[in-house]
Amino acid sequence: MTRFILKRLASLVLLLAAVSFITFTLFQLGPSDPAAASCGQECTPERVAEARVALGMDKPFLVQYLQYLSGFFSARTIGAPGAESICVWPCLGKSFQTNENVTDIIARSLPYTLSIASGALVLWTVVGVGLGLVAAIKKGRLADKAIVAGASVGVSLPIPVTGLFLLIVFVNQFHLLPFTSNAVVVPWGPAGPGSWIVNYLLPWVALAVLFSASYIRVTRTSMIETFSEDFMRTARAKGLAPRTVVFRHGVRAGITPVVTMLGMDIGLLLGGAVLTEQIFSVPGLGFTAVRAAVAGDLPVTMAITMLAAFFVITANVVVDIAYAAIDPRVRLS
Amino acid sequence: MTHASMETSSRPARGAAPFLDVRGLTVQFPTDDGVASAVNGVDFSIERGSILGIVGESGSGKSVTSQALMGLLKGTSAKVGGQALFDGVDLVALSEAEMRRLRGQRIGMIFQDPLSALHPLYTVGRQIAEAYTVHHRATRAQARKAAVDMLGRVGIPNPEQRFDEYPHQFSGGMRQRAMIAMALICEPELLIADEPTTALDVTVQAQILDLMLELQAETQSALILITHDLGVVAEVCENVLVMYGGQCVEAGPVDEIFYRTQHPYTLGLLSSMPTLGGRQERLTPIPGQPPSLLDLPSGCLFSDRCPAASLVPDRRCRTERPLLVTEGGHSRRCHLPIDQLATLPASR
Amino acid sequence: MEPQEILRVEDLAKHFTSGRSLLAPGRARRVVKAVDGVSFSLARGRTLGLVGESGCGKSTTGRMIARLLDPTAGRVVVDGQDTAGLRGKDLYHFRRKVQMVFQDPFASLNPRQTIGSAIAAPFEAQRITPAGGVKRRVGELMERVGLKPEHYNRFPHEFSGGQRQRVGIARALALEPSVIVCDEPVSALDVSVQAQVVNLLEEIQEDTGVAYVFIAHDLSVVRHISDEIAVMYLGKVVERGPVEELYSSPQHPYTRALLSAVPIPDPRAARAQVKIRLRGDLPSPANPPSGCVFRTRCPLMATLAEPERERCSHEVPEPASFGRAACHFADSAALT
Repeated sequence: MTRFILKRLASLVLLLAAVSFITFTLFQLGPSDPAAASCGQECTPERVAEARVALGMDKPFLVQYLQYLSGFFSARTIGAPGAESICVWPCLGKSFQTNENVTDIIARSLPYTLSIASGALVLWTVVGVGLGLVAAIKKGRLADKAIVAGASVGVSLPIPVTGLFLLIVFVNQFHLLPFTSNAVVVPWGPAGPGSWIVNYLLPWVALAVLFSASYIRVTRTSMIETFSEDFMRTARAKGLAPRTVVFRHGVRAGITPVVTMLGMDIGLLLGGAVLTEQIFSVPGLGFTAVRAAVAGDLPVTMAITMLAAFFVITANVVVDIAYAAIDPRVRLS
Repeated sequence: MTHASMETSSRPARGAAPFLDVRGLTVQFPTDDGVASAVNGVDFSIERGSILGIVGESGSGKSVTSQALMGLLKGTSAKVGGQALFDGVDLVALSEAEMRRLRGQRIGMIFQDPLSALHPLYTVGRQIAEAYTVHHRATRAQARKAAVDMLGRVGIPNPEQRFDEYPHQFSGGMRQRAMIAMALICEPELLIADEPTTALDVTVQAQILDLMLELQAETQSALILITHDLGVVAEVCENVLVMYGGQCVEAGPVDEIFYRTQHPYTLGLLSSMPTLGGRQERLTPIPGQPPSLLDLPSGCLFSDRCPAASLVPDRRCRTERPLLVTEGGHSRRCHLPIDQLATLPASR
Repeated sequence: MEPQEILRVEDLAKHFTSGRSLLAPGRARRVVKAVDGVSFSLARGRTLGLVGESGCGKSTTGRMIARLLDPTAGRVVVDGQDTAGLRGKDLYHFRRKVQMVFQDPFASLNPRQTIGSAIAAPFEAQRITPAGGVKRRVGELMERVGLKPEHYNRFPHEFSGGQRQRVGIARALALEPSVIVCDEPVSALDVSVQAQVVNLLEEIQEDTGVAYVFIAHDLSVVRHISDEIAVMYLGKVVERGPVEELYSSPQHPYTRALLSAVPIPDPRAARAQVKIRLRGDLPSPANPPSGCVFRTRCPLMATLAEPERERCSHEVPEPASFGRAACHFADSAALT
């Protein structure tokens, strides 16, 4: 088992290195010229050249990449000779727009995104798996049909539609919930977990409606398949109560596809966060990424892309490890 | 043939009710294409300490019969009719909750493919211990001890160590031993084994059949052995029930069935089997296919494939379902049983 | 006239390797010897029964004969031609000579392809147009195997198991092969239907002179259809001989145990029979016993003295001649 985890972690590091290189190359090949963008309207070729030096873009591509990488291991200096500033470890460069350390920008936006993502994740998993299970147990009956119909609607609702709908109904019309406040960031903040939940409830629901629909469908299919397995019949033949048969024997075996899907979706959450954060005006990673990309702010965009890749890859490793934990056939062969 | 009756075979002394007495059992499944009549009237009885073999080909209703007895069709869309008196209690009429107390406790079951019948994600020992704790107040340690003892009794070496292994770490034969341990841990009075050796190799099959016989003799439980293999029946069973199209077509003591065969289907089965003995020139297959359970013929269910159907006057085989007739402990459901073939006019 | 040899297998072996890893190159690779030194020959129009329990390598051997698997070592000679070196075009032409019939006729038919086009597929694959046209030939083949030619456009799910196996046989016959490898062709069928298919295979052989390699675990069926039998255990042939001899006086203790384990559909004979029961399970093919592969389960071992046992655990037994068992003490086994 330890061996298995070590192997997976080693592949994680290799993959991240590859992703960072590809991302860096893509930005170099891209059409935007950060130097031109940073020097504003009264731009002369000399000032662009100065800006290039200041941004470190005068050096060869590989040197730039290695300099960038060195920030992962120690602090480094950034800027034109004579006007350097220190970028403390871990250094992801400085924003072209504000000259702020990218690490600080990330540190500021990440909690918002994590707040939205974690709550939504819990909500859609509980709702999706729960309803999927109910549908499977009541297969063919009214409850099943209603849940499946609901899931079909949910999966076809894009986040902007659900988000705006929720805002209009709950905030504007009936004033049941406040508009998302950027002052509440973490559940252990001064306002307490209650207000954290209230603050992020609408973004959670907006994300969860879309995601839980597919969880309902996957859970339902997997459970129906599991219920027809021979070992379920064995469990009944032992004289176990129906509840024990369904939960101890059925859910344990039928949950694996959900775990896989969960792992992939955690990685993709950032994509969902971009839209949600725009709709609810939350200054999280998605929001920041969009602004940085529009402004051609390479270091910020680069950092967020790498972070997203990190999420995706880590989530996959976690799924593999979870798989081994769930299934002895993976673990012991 | 004056002594016709619906009596079942191998009754013990008059008066004492049989341990398990199945009468007119029927099972129907609604499907998209109509109602499938899987079991269409099965009657038999079995005493404690005896072994009954149920033979039939796929679709004969033998497995469905066992599931109906075990109450596994309760809560599904299947409709079960008739009676199955188990020690005086009608299993068909019991509620799921009442049935649950019997399952595993007084009636045990062994399934065909032990790999799919065992939960892949729990250790073998835990699954056996669970079968114990359902019906006994026991601590974890007590249940573990009971399971380890049982594993030892079914001939698994190092039971203490094998307790913590998973089904995929067991060989096919060992898995079936574990299934037997699970079915027997509460010492059930009736054991239903549904094709218990079909998925196994012959040398392992022989080991498992020996084990089942040994444990059956030890516990004096009643054993219903469901199989498609007439060889297994001949080696193991005292009484035999032959099923076709969801009906019992012939039943009786094993020697009666093999040496004084009465039903043309049983005879067909016996002569279509190749044997290890002298070489036959050609096998004698039964022509055609079994009837569709969605659309059973109105006459004898075997009449479409029966070589003797045309010998019976007035097309009775096509229009009238024969009743189960018992004579000297040997039952058959046929208008023209083989011992009456000789009495036909010699004109044919 | 001596029957003409159509298939010869010499020292055939298939080793599967596992456990190789980029990240752990030092770790020992596991070699599973699925088939290890199998030899036999088969004459035109005859049937060789290949029997043994799961994991003995009988299916792997069949697949190597049909070149669905490449042998690790050894030769397969079909009609005088060694197939081991065949590549590309030669291999493509060779496929006409050896065909296969599989166990599960449903799994080996495409559910969306009509029965007729499934049977016609070999003609297309080999770009052959039979005399009278493909459709007519397919009709003839369907008739030959007992299917109605008017069912040409039906789909596999409209057929019963026995009929689907007839389709599989018609497809194998299409290219008029000299050898058909039948891998458990009747194991999935009910007894009454199984007899129909076995009879059909026998009739076809009488008509066309095709040779069968008949792989099955059912010893009664194999006895019925075969002229010669090879018994396999853990990748090796432990005994080979003419069917009557092998069944009436088996030499190898494994063959004896195997035959005695088959349930006899005759209650009196069953009660009278003396049973030989093997202890324990099949050893893992990844880690077979040294010397004689059967020694860990051999009932004979208990009757042997120490030096004789030594021989079993160190020396690999070879059959003395055709019809003899690969056992050091086959003669004493026959006596007990």
